[in-house]
This record gives sequence, C-alpha cells and structure tokens, in this order.
Amino acid sequence: MTSDPKNNYWLRRRFGRRTIVKAGAALAISPAIASIAAACGGDDDDTAPASGGSGGSSGDTIRVGILHSLSGTMAVSEVAVRDADLMAIEEINAAGGVLGKKLEPRVEDGASDWPTFAEKAKKLIQSDKVAVTFGCWTSASRKAVLPVFESNKALLYYPVQYEGLESSPYIFYTGATTNQQIVPSVEYLLQEGKKNFFLVGSDYVFPRTANKIIKAQLGASGGKVIAEEYTPLGHTEYATLIAKIKSSNADVIYNTLNGDSNVAFFKQLRDAGIKASDLTTMSVSIAEEEAAAIGGDVMEGHLVAWNYFQTVKTPENEKFVPAYHAFTEKSGKKRPTSDPVEAAYISVHLWAMAANKAGTTDVEKVKEAMANLEFAAPEGPVKVHPTNHHISKTVRIGRIRRDALIDEIWATPGPVEPDPYLETYSWGAEFAKEKKS
Amino acid sequence: MDIWLQQLFNGISLGSILLLVAIGLAFSFGLMNVINMAHGEMIMIGAYCAYLAQQLLEGPLGASAPDVSFLLALPAAFAIAGLVGMGLEVTLIRRLYGRPLDTLLATWGVSLVLQQLARSIFGAPNVQVTTPSWLQGGIAVTGSFTMPYIRLFIIAMVLAAIALVWLYLVRTAAGRRTRATMQNREVAAALGVRTPRVDMLTFGLGSGLAGLAGCALALLGPIGPSLGTYYIVDSFLVVILGGIGQVVGTAIAALAIGGANALLEFQLSASVAKVLVFALVIAFLQWRPAGIIARRAAR
Repeated sequence: MTSDPKNNYWLRRRFGRRTIVKAGAALAISPAIASIAAACGGDDDDTAPASGGSGGSSGDTIRVGILHSLSGTMAVSEVAVRDADLMAIEEINAAGGVLGKKLEPRVEDGASDWPTFAEKAKKLIQSDKVAVTFGCWTSASRKAVLPVFESNKALLYYPVQYEGLESSPYIFYTGATTNQQIVPSVEYLLQEGKKNFFLVGSDYVFPRTANKIIKAQLGASGGKVIAEEYTPLGHTEYATLIAKIKSSNADVIYNTLNGDSNVAFFKQLRDAGIKASDLTTMSVSIAEEEAAAIGGDVMEGHLVAWNYFQTVKTPENEKFVPAYHAFTEKSGKKRPTSDPVEAAYISVHLWAMAANKAGTTDVEKVKEAMANLEFAAPEGPVKVHPTNHHISKTVRIGRIRRDALIDEIWATPGPVEPDPYLETYSWGAEFAKEKKS
Repeated sequence: MDIWLQQLFNGISLGSILLLVAIGLAFSFGLMNVINMAHGEMIMIGAYCAYLAQQLLEGPLGASAPDVSFLLALPAAFAIAGLVGMGLEVTLIRRLYGRPLDTLLATWGVSLVLQQLARSIFGAPNVQVTTPSWLQGGIAVTGSFTMPYIRLFIIAMVLAAIALVWLYLVRTAAGRRTRATMQNREVAAALGVRTPRVDMLTFGLGSGLAGLAGCALALLGPIGPSLGTYYIVDSFLVVILGGIGQVVGTAIAALAIGGANALLEFQLSASVAKVLVFALVIAFLQWRPAGIIARRAAR
C-alpha cells in the first residue's frame, strides 16, 4: 500500500481502516511468531556436549540449579516455590549438607517465557554445571526444557500437579499426576451422588487432557458429562457460560480454569445468585494463594482437590508451616504454604537423601538411589516409585474458608501409588497407549 | 424463553461495557487519527482506583467501607484516568501527529510501561474489592432469568455517561468545537478553534470514560496489571465496525458485538464465538468498508 505513490498523501493524512485492521492483527499474532522463532532458534544445540557426569561439585560446595519464573505472569506462583526450594537447601546445609558439602543454589529466571526456560536450563547445566535442577511450573515450560535435560543427561525435579501421560528418565515429578488428584476427586463426587458433570476449562493442554480423562472415567462409572466448555486464557466475561450452567441440570462444575479467568468466573457465579451450597464446584488449580487473591468472601465453601493444605495435621507440617512463614517474611511478604510449595520442599529433600545414599551426585547413581526412597513430608509419608519417577501421595479434598485457607473434608486412607498413564484403570486403555515402550 | 431473555440481557451488559471503553478510542481515532494502544491501561487505572479507595476508607469506616468507597471511586477513576490521558496526549501523542504507525508503537510502549508500573506498585498478584452491599444479589425476574444488580448498575451508568457525552458534544460550545475539529481540522483552526486544547480535552474525556469502565469492571472480574489487555481488542473491533469517530455508530456496534458474542457463545463455545464475531465483522467491512455509519469527510 505504501509503495503506491497515489496513496501516500492520503495515508499521511488518514490512517486507513484496513491498515489499522492489519496492524492490529499483526500485533495480535506477533508474540506467537516471536515465540515460534525463538523456539526454533533455541533447538539448535540441544545435542551439544553432554555433561552427563557428576558435575556441580567444586571444592567445598555442590551447585544446584533453581529455575522458576521470577518475572512475568507466572511469577506470583513460582516465587513461592523458589522460596520453598531455598528454604529446603538452607535446612539441608544447616544439617551438614550433602556428602559433607554445602549446597550452593544458582537461581535463574525463566521469565514466564518457554524458550527462555530452555535457554536458562542449558546455561545451568552446561556453564554452571549444576548437579540437579529444581524448577518449572506450567506444563509448557516443562515440555520446553524436557529435551534439554534429556539430551544433556541432567536431572530436573518438577513440583507441580500436571496432566500426567509423561515419564521422562531425567525428570522426577513430586506433584500429583492425574490419578493422585483428578481421578480420586471425581470418585469422591460420584460417591457424594453427583452424576451430571459440567466441565469448564481454559483452552490449553492441561484442561483438555484432564477433561479427556474425566470423560473416560465417568463413562466407565455411570456419571455423565452434560457439557464441556473451554474459554480462551484471560477470558473474563462469564455471564453466558453461567447462563448455560443454570439452564443445564448439572450437579457439579468441574473447574480447570486458570489464572485471571477464575476471578471473573467465581465473582460472576456469585452475582448470578449461585452459591457454593446451591451447586458444587471442584477446582484443581486454586490453592491457598489463589483463593486469597480471588477473595475469601467469593471462594468460601467451594471445593478443591490437592495433596496438601496449610491446615493439614501432621507433626512434620506443624514445623513446616511456621518455618516457611518465617522464611518468606524475611524476604518481605509472609506467604501461605500450598501444595506446590510443599511438593518443591519435598523434591529438594528427596534429591539430597538420594545423593547421600548414592555417595555421589552422579546423575545415573542418584536416579538408582531414588527408587523406593521414603520421606516424612508435611503431607504425610511419600515414597518414590521404583520405575516411573513419580511419588506416592495422599489425596485430599478441601473446602475453602472465608479466610482463604482450606479445610480438609475428605482424604484417601493412605498415599496413592502414582500411575501417570492410568494403566491400572479399566477405562484407561486409551491413555496407556501413549506410553513410549 | 427465559434463557433468551437472559442472553439478551447478558449481551446488552457486555455491549455497554465495550461501549464505555470504545467511546474514548473512537474519539482518538476520529479526532486525531491516533491508535491508542495504551487505552486499555486507563481501564486498569480505573480498576486500581476502586481498590485504592476501598483500602483508604477501610481504616476510618471499617466494614461499611465498600458501600461508600465505590461511589467515591467512580468520579476519582474518571478524574485520574482523564488526567493521565491528558498527560499522555501533551507529552507524547501530540508530538507524533500524522505518524500513525509511530503512535501505535509509542502507545504500545506506554501500555507496557504502565503495566509494569502497576506491577511494581501493587505487586503482580491480583487485588480485590468487596462488592458494596447495595449491589450484591439481583432481581429474579422469572425462573432462570436473573438480572444481577451490578450489571444493571453498569448499564445505567453507561447510559448516563453516554447521555452526558452526547449533551457535551451537541449542546456546549466546547463540544461544538470538538465536532468542528473532527470534521475538518484545518478549517476549524482557521476559524479560531484552539485545536491542541480540543485534542487534549477530548483525549482526557475518552481516557476518563475508560477509567470509569475499569471501576465498574473491578466488581466483575480480576484487578491486575494486565486487565486492560483483555478488553482492548474487542474495543478496537467496536470502533472499526461503528465507523471511525462516530458516537452513534460506536454505540450500535458495541451492542451488536456484545449481542452477537452472547448469542453465539450460548449456541457454540466461547472460543468459537470469538472467531465467528471476528469473521462477521471482517465480512461486514468488506461490504461496508467505512463501518456502520460512514463519516462524511470534507476533503
């Protein structure tokens, strides 16, 4: 358009509408293009020299990596997890360290950007030569760093509940897989006589995979999915969706929305006159901190499924909660503990125990030593699975209180064995297929 | 039947919010040919005003603070967002007139700066306001048709704001000067209208209305640094569909897009509805490139 001389004068004076539309469209897609380009660029030297060895021990310290988003949209959640990592490292150092050496944390910022995560992971492994890395929150960031850790034969500990169907030889998963959060929570709802499920989720991989699993499970156990709705990430207008919920005969809303959408959804649900006592909702992405940010008055009475709440009553948790409060208070803001915080704390301790048991920080030896390792965690005892790199966890259903803490109302009698590919479920055949032999 | 009434109501509610946001954009487009990407951040400023008002009054008033603070926050949000808008016009946009692509990039930069500023001041997590007790609940008209008080209040507020803007444009001397500048800047200037002053005031007015919208949105959704970005794209769509610089066209377009969103989303799903609305607007613009109401430009 600009090359046409006849148009130039006009263009200078009036910015054409079509140009505006195009410019708008270009702006809208430019981040996508940038991230694709960056992802392609970032793949170049994944196959570069494999450190593979025992890296990280130099002199009197052992370097360990921490890789979380300290800026950008995910910073809210991930800073809390970083603090849990640092607190666990402090505890381990106070108790004499690993193999007689102190741990020296190297913290990197993934900046809520997946290609950045891959780059920083490479830096930690190749130039800092860390013995192990603790990090990531979103599945997207984990998928971005997975090839880096696998090709460098380096270890990652991942602390957040996720959609399962993964079992990398170089990742240990200390958050729940689906059979330790979603599957039992659906069983609980069925026991409570809820048959008609209304699935609401943000439009990306975790909610879609989670809902696929829920549909398979309900199909086999007599429940029914009466609607499955996805909204774009960042969606804030829920009046229509709520009208759909009202005109349906749903017994329960199963909520896998993420981020800001939850605020709008629960506020507008209340404005529409639907209280937690009228219609049960079950959420899997709302922990203590998120509930506080939405508002205890809005969230009061709604249900959530996790493995740990701040209010859990175990002797370990009685020490863990005040310790974490004190630790975070030092850096300015006292934070509540939450499931991912606790899982991150577990991950650091498990690695330290495994390294001590193996007598080395060598990746392959530590992996061997991890099998069947047991730890008395704040959530109760956990045990590393001999082969699939997940840990057994107690599953809990909780009800949110007005002060945004969560009361446990149901729990499994003991830890549930991890089954990331749902192989032990009769209805899980279609997911077990996804397992790489 | 109920459900269609409900959706009609939801569509009007969504449309009214879009209208309040879009009217300021329509001004800056129509008057100055400026694409103001920082307009969304005026919404954010308005929302944080609601939050601040409640925080400030919590001390002296205690539990009844939300009831009073929201009413005080509305004029405060209008004034503060308006002042920020005027500041933006005087310091930056004025210097870039006639360079539309530069203003687009510059205001986008301003938008990022304002977002980061909010993150530094208020922190990255969302903050929350308590809904005033007089806006909690709603009128149950029939079985499943409920009109929440919040949404009724927002619709009424938008109607009042638009009526005042219309009165300003049609009945006051300043409004006449604004319309004259919109229609033909050179002739207006030749006749003695101080166009820079008109630009500044109009830009401030548009920003103030966005701040008002933000104050209302604080009751419906999250208050966070990126709040503005959720509404800016739809608002641009409204402006383009309505016809650049056309208040009536903008109003019709806002209701059309709000209604189309609500009806399509009910029939299909939120993601598909968004795509369809986009496609419909593009198809419409192929048919009528100037939008619903074409501007009769004297050139």
